[in-house]
Formats: sequence, structure tokens, C-alpha cells
Amino acid sequence: MKDRSASPPPQQHPGSGSGSTPGRLMSRSGSGPAPGPSQAAVLEDLVPASSPVTPRELTQNPLKKIWMPCKNGLPEKHISQRKVCMTNCPTLIVTVGLPARGKTYISKKLTRYLNWIGVPTREFNVGQYRREYMKIYKSFEFFRPDNEEGLKIRQHCASAALNDVRQYLADEGGHVAVFDATNTTRERRMTIVQFAEQNGFKVFFVESVCEDPLVIQQNIVQVKLGSPDYTNCNTEEAVVDFMKRIQCYENSYQTLDEVLDRDLSYIKVMDVGRRYLVNRVLDHIQSRIVYYLMNIHITPRTIYLCRHGESELNIKGRIGGDSGLSTRGKEFAKHLGQYIKTQGISDLKVWTSQMKRTIQTAEALDVPYEQWKVLNEIDAGVCEEMMYEEIQESHPLEFALRDQDKYRYRYPKGESYEDLVQRLEPAIMELERQENVLVICHQAVLRCLLAYFLDKTAEELPYLNCPLHTVMKLTPVAYGCKVESICLNVEAVNTHRERPEVGITIYYCTHSTKLLL
Amino acid sequence: MDSEDVIMETGSRELTQNPLRKIWIPYKNGLPEKHTFQRRVCMTNCPTLIVTVGLPARGKTYISKKLTRYLNWIGVPTKEFNVGQYRREFLKIYKSFEFFRADNEEGLKIRRQCALSALNDVRQFLTVGGGQVAVFDATNTTRERRGTIVKFAEQNGFKVFFVESVCEDPEVIAANIVQVKLGSPDYINCNTEEAVEDFMKRIECYETSYQPLDEVLDRDLSYIKVMDVGRRYLVNRVLDHIQSRIVYYLMNIHITPRSIYLCRHGESDLNIKGRIGGDSGLSARGKDFGKCLGKFIEEQNIKDLKVWTSQMKRTIQTAEVLGVPYEQWKVLNEIDAGVCEEMMYEEIQESFPLEFALRDQDKYRYRYPKGESYEDLVQRLEPVIMELERQENVLVICHQAVMRCLLAYFLDKGAGCKVESVCLSVDADLTGSLVSITGNANIMGRIHLKVTTSFSLLSEMNPDLNSNFCSAL
Repeated sequence: MKDRSASPPPQQHPGSGSGSTPGRLMSRSGSGPAPGPSQAAVLEDLVPASSPVTPRELTQNPLKKIWMPCKNGLPEKHISQRKVCMTNCPTLIVTVGLPARGKTYISKKLTRYLNWIGVPTREFNVGQYRREYMKIYKSFEFFRPDNEEGLKIRQHCASAALNDVRQYLADEGGHVAVFDATNTTRERRMTIVQFAEQNGFKVFFVESVCEDPLVIQQNIVQVKLGSPDYTNCNTEEAVVDFMKRIQCYENSYQTLDEVLDRDLSYIKVMDVGRRYLVNRVLDHIQSRIVYYLMNIHITPRTIYLCRHGESELNIKGRIGGDSGLSTRGKEFAKHLGQYIKTQGISDLKVWTSQMKRTIQTAEALDVPYEQWKVLNEIDAGVCEEMMYEEIQESHPLEFALRDQDKYRYRYPKGESYEDLVQRLEPAIMELERQENVLVICHQAVLRCLLAYFLDKTAEELPYLNCPLHTVMKLTPVAYGCKVESICLNVEAVNTHRERPEVGITIYYCTHSTKLLL
Repeated sequence: MDSEDVIMETGSRELTQNPLRKIWIPYKNGLPEKHTFQRRVCMTNCPTLIVTVGLPARGKTYISKKLTRYLNWIGVPTKEFNVGQYRREFLKIYKSFEFFRADNEEGLKIRRQCALSALNDVRQFLTVGGGQVAVFDATNTTRERRGTIVKFAEQNGFKVFFVESVCEDPEVIAANIVQVKLGSPDYINCNTEEAVEDFMKRIECYETSYQPLDEVLDRDLSYIKVMDVGRRYLVNRVLDHIQSRIVYYLMNIHITPRSIYLCRHGESDLNIKGRIGGDSGLSARGKDFGKCLGKFIEEQNIKDLKVWTSQMKRTIQTAEVLGVPYEQWKVLNEIDAGVCEEMMYEEIQESFPLEFALRDQDKYRYRYPKGESYEDLVQRLEPVIMELERQENVLVICHQAVMRCLLAYFLDKGAGCKVESVCLSVDADLTGSLVSITGNANIMGRIHLKVTTSFSLLSEMNPDLNSNFCSAL
């Protein structure tokens, strides 16, 4: 998860001793634009070299429990933790395709996914820029290729968007920008490639090609009719106008070509994912993007998320552990089974963790289920099976640190929410592949999964309210997800802790254990 | 159908925890139900038949072997069936390319026979042999032959996924021939020139009848077309999870020559005390190892070496001594010994005799209470392997159990081959050893293993290092 209020990344320290050479930090050689000198400076992931003669001491960051080199008693600013985005240069993803081909759907989904796995990403929708500039949309005539005025404005909007892209990637700590527009001519795409080269960004095109009239029709109905452009039109008018809008682009559409565009990096998605053409994937992040795009689909389906029934340890107010269900928990399981039956879902897959309480819950459902170890609750390390009051008493520093940054806080010998997200990524990927699924998991796990579907930030994630005995029903709708919270009316303890109102900030000096408040 | 994952019982059953794997399973009448519901990678109920397609010298066997190794490592029982092997076993002696001429009736008959024989073994492996995926490695260059295979699969309830390799770069093909074909049993008695000439003519025999997978004619098949050694891919109708994983894997591998270096952290304070796990720092000797390692790395003069460590102090300290940039991966952390963390083996045997015995019984699947198993480790390490495939020169500084899992992937000693992967003699004696794995496309699937003992410290400690290590493999 990336903070949406991103601060610029820490500046590169010149390493002590032998220092790191920019050349060593490049990803696979021979392809893609070389990072400019300014880009080599933005390296959160690599620890600058120390001198072999006097290796640096290590100190463990109290929040994340990461070992970092320190100098003169102070930690070096860099954490050398592996980040997902291992490119040294930011990436510009560029959509390509006629209107109503799902470009914005893909842009938004991809942005949501990348942010969730920790890659700061933002989308830039040129249509939005146009709407802000124009205020009022009259008709498709605006998009006619012979409309000089229109062309000028659209060019202007694209430039404004690219400007914001540059700002986001160069100054605001963004790693990936998604430039969402039709970009249907080779000329326009070349302009973007040049822009990227000048700024040291890598470019990856995502083209969506589809000629199925049913799919296009559905797209228009689901997404375009609700657009601000058509607020004052009735359905028929809107559809007619939009079809003419598409036509404006068709004559000048130059699809990504196997020969002419052979040096570009791109994926061409054909017929809503039936077929893909992938060309010149340059690095890790592009490879992940391709994998993600190849796993998502638009078939309507429902995802149900819930926690196990109330457990014995829940009743005792203790965290973690591997206890069984309480009587009320078993009651919930029965209610869950009934609820699922009433939903009448075809081919429902049921997933649990490998902890007793989720499995017991599934057992009551009377259906096949699969156990996933990655769905296990967050590991509270030394605090396992303790009560919050006990933790506050025996580990006051840890307790305070957790309240300070609950997302990044890692329990001693345990995990953080940040770790959980990494662990859960394969589950999210498989959820994207699947259709109807019920996931019976745990509080922290559920928060992470929910944050993915509802596009919550790292700040919000650890405080999402996921009470026991409540089912979250998620249905994809337009560009996002509709969520319904269904309480199954079986009493349970409340395990939710609100974000503390008065933030106590811990200033820590890692060579002493003094607590400065 | 062997579907281990399905239960058809009614009502809530009692749960019991399997003592070895610590998995909760339902039981009836005091006995555990046979089924375990642990998420398996291969979530299809039907086995999958992967079918290679392509002219000779396009890397089909390289892909087959690599894919088989990967799938077995992640826990999907997979086996490859190379029709060329069947032909060599049948014919005993290879005379010349004439055997492959399109008008050689006798040859065609034999080749067809061999293909059918291989398919028969495929059927056996996937139905009663416990196999989940079979890789049918042959040219399969005609639509007719592929049609036969599709029918065969349909009759037996297998899913089919084609992997086609297309390449017209003469340099790549020449390199392939030199690296792989010259060493083939077919050309044992030929000199280089003769072999190359004969093989080129062999390729020609296939060329006229070659029907590549077609966007229109084959639009209902599931396949990936790999073009120009991975520069471009065409992916059609991926049907399920395993096919999606296969595509992802194939899109991440490359044939650029490079070296992977694997080693453990230097000796740690807990190592000295004979205790497992924990997060201690390096001992004095451990720091010395770091220095030796640094010298060694420098001498190797490796281009663009990436260095990875875990997030445990001892690997990071080792990397710090190297004086190069490094990345910390949490997934490279040592196996979690749960309640046994920081204990000595003798202590474990005393306080947890049952656990101790279970571990010896099946070390791969044994999960420490509140900890992990080697099997869990493999799942955890899969992204590392994937990224290692993407990268070029990498040094991974990790831990004993982790290193065994990574080595098992490269040396093809997956769990499918039972417990061997765990008994590699990379233990306390060899703390200071470094394993270098040079991946060469020329040695298809077989990795050339260099064990370096250029650390003066180490040679003093154990002069038999080299032989101990290699013999265990």
C-alpha cells in the first residue's frame, strides 16, 4: 500500500567508502531507455556500498524490525528492503484503443493493484482533463477529426496530463503513472515515447482491441451512460452520440503493429482477454503487470469475505493463537451456511486459512473448501495469545509504536500489515482469476483483502471495521466494487480497536532505549 | 478422478491436527479422513498435457525440461516425455537425416509408433501414476498430428496446452545446434561439420510440412507461442490456474548466459552454540568468511552482480562486509522453527520427542509447531526463483534450509524425488562454502556446478569439502 500523501523519496546518500556506481544498478542491459543521471539518485531499495575495510554496524529499526546500517549512531536513511518496483526509473503505462474498449477499467484496476502491492501509482485520465477544461460536453462533433478547435483542446489536455505525469514521477515519489487516453495514432504515441525518453521514464503500452458489438454495447450501457458527459441525455440519445464518437476515431486508428512497433514494449489484449500479444517485456514491474492483466476478467461474479466464527481466544480477549470456535462461533457457522444457501450461488469456491477456527467454520457449510496457509492471521510474534492490556504492560514501546504506524509496524518475531499484503498477493491474484468465492479468514487478513477491493490506503487499512459474524459481499460494478455488509445476527465480542485519538509520537534513537515523547 | 480436495460429507465434523504437517483435517470414528484440503498449486481436477510445437533446434526440449523442473519444485507432479528418446531407444542407431524425410514411409511409421508409445506412457502417468502434468516433447509441426493429440486428451479427460517455439534467427539456431545437438547420441560418431550439415538437412525435412499455430484456424486451442527466444509471445485461451502459472514462468525465463551464486551467511553466534533459528549476529569467523567472500566476488569480476540477503541480521552483516549494494528479501528468511526456535537439537529431542521423531520421518513435509516446513518454504520462495529466472548475475546470501530449497530447484531435486533435497550436505561443516551455478543453455536442464573453496579459512577447516559436497548431489 502506498500512502496517497506521498512524500518525496529520501535522497541518495553518497555511500561511504567505495560507493555504488550507477552502471551496476541498471536492470537487464540492452533494452529500454537508459535512466538519466537524475534517476540513478532515486534509489530506496539499494543500500549504498560501505567500505569493505570498515563494515558498518547494523541497527534494527524499532518499527519495522528491519536491520539497517548505521553510522555515528544514526541509521543511514536507506532501508534496503526489497521493494516490488525494482526499476530504477519510473514507468509510464500508456493505454491504447478505441473508446469503450475498457481502457479506463484496466487503468483503474491496474492502479489499484499496484498501489496495494506497494508501488506508488496514479492514473491520469485525459478525458477528465477535457471535462475540467470544457465544463460542458455538447456532442460527438467535438471529436471529429476535422474539428480544429477540438483537436487543439485535446492536444492541450494531453500535454497538461503529461505535465502532471512528469511531476508525479519526478518530484512526488510516484513509481508508475498510467496515462489513460485513446492514443490511437502512431504519431501521438511517438510524442509520448519522446516525452518519456527525455525524462528517463520507461514506457509500456497496454492496448485493448475488441470488435464484439455485444461487449462494446455493454460497456457503453454500464459505464458511458453514467458519465458526466451524458448527464442530460436519455439512454437512446447517449448511445447514438457515443457510437458516433467512436466512429470519429476509427479512420485514424493505427493499432500497435507487429513490425512497425516491434521495438516498443507492450501488451495487446484482444477480445477481453481471450488472446494476448506481449512484446519486449523489459523488467520486473512490466512482467507483473502482464501477469495481472492476463488474470483479470469481466465476468460478473460475487466475492464473499468474512471472518471465522467467534473463537475461544476471542472471548478471552487474546490475540492470535489457534483456538477453536466458541458456542456462538459455531452458531454463526450454521447461520453462514444458511445464508450461503439462500444466495443460490453456482459453483461457489470456499477458501479458509489453515487455522482451526476458519476450518471449523467452513465445516459447517457442508461444501468442499480449500485451505490456504497464506490466509493465516497476522503473526503477532512474541505477543501471540496476549491481551492488549498485557502487551501494553510488558511491551510498552511496542504498543506505542504500533499505534503510531499500524500498517508498517512489525511485531517482534512476527509480521506487519505490510508483510501481510505481500503474503496475500497470490490470493488476490487467484481471486481475480476465479468467479464466485467465499473467503473465511481473519481480522487483519480481511482488512488487507478489503483494502484491495475498496482501494483503501495504507493509513486506512489497519482500521477498517471487520466485525465478527458479518459477511462482506463484493460485486464488481462499473469501475469499482459495490460492498454490502451483512450481519448474521449472532452475538460476538468486539475485537476492533479504533485509531487512537491523541497520537503519541515515538522518537527513537536506536543506540539507546530512551523513550522521548 | 483423483480429486483429493473434495469432500461430500454432511454436518460439521470434528477436526484433528495431523501431527506431521500440522494441518487440521476432519475425522470420523476417531480416524482422520483421507482427504487433506490443503491448497495445491494445481487446482484443476483434470490433469494437463503440455504439448511442444516447433521445428528442430527451437528450444523445445530446453523448455520442456525447465518447465518440468519448475512444476515439480512447486509441488506439481510433472514428467516429460521426449519422443526423440523413444525413437533412439527403438532404433538404437541413427544413420542420417534420411530417416526424417517426408517420403520415408518406414521412417514415418516408426516415428508414429514412437509418438503413440510416448502418449501411452503419458496416459499411464496421468491416470494411475499420480502425475498432474505431462510434457509431450516433440516437433508436432502438423495440424494433423496435433489433432490426434487433442483427441487423445479428450478421450482421457486431459486438458491440453500447446507451447510453440518459433525462431528464424540463424545465429540462435546455429548456437543451439552447436551447444545441444552435437553432443546428442545421434551424432556420437560424427565430426562437427558432418553433424551440423546433417542436422540442417534434418530441419529441412520438417520445414515444408510445418503448420505453425494459426490465429484463426487454431483459435479454439489453448497455447502460448514463444517468438524469437522470448522477445514476443502470443497467448491464446488460458483456461486455468496452472496454465496461467506456466505462461508466467515461460515469459520470465531467458537464455542469456549468467551465473548464480548461493551461499549461507557467515558463521553466527547461535551456530557456535549449536542452536537453530534466531536472529543472531556473525561470529569472528563469520566475519572472516564475509571478507573472503568479498575477495572472491571481486576476483570473479562479475558484471552487474545483484546481491540479495534475507532480513535476518547474519545475512545482512555478511553482505555489509562485501561493500556492494544489496537488497533484503523477507521471504529469504530462514525456516521458522516455531516453538523450537533457538533450541539445540538435543533439547528438542528431550522436550519434544514426538516432534523430533516426526521430523526425521519426513523432513520435507514436517512442520514445526507454530512454524514452517520445507514444503512451506518452497511456496514462500517461489517469487525468489521467478525473479532469479528474470535476473542475470546474482549472489544470494541466505540460510541452510532456504539454500537447500533453492539448490533443489536448480539441481532438479524436487520433493517429487522425495527427501533427497533435504539431505544435501550443506550443513554446519560447509558454512563457508559457496555454490556457483552457471546457467548455460547448452547444457539443457543440467546445471554445471562449480563448488569453490578458495577461502583459505575453509580449506584449512575441511580439505575434503569438494568431494563431500559433490558426492551428496
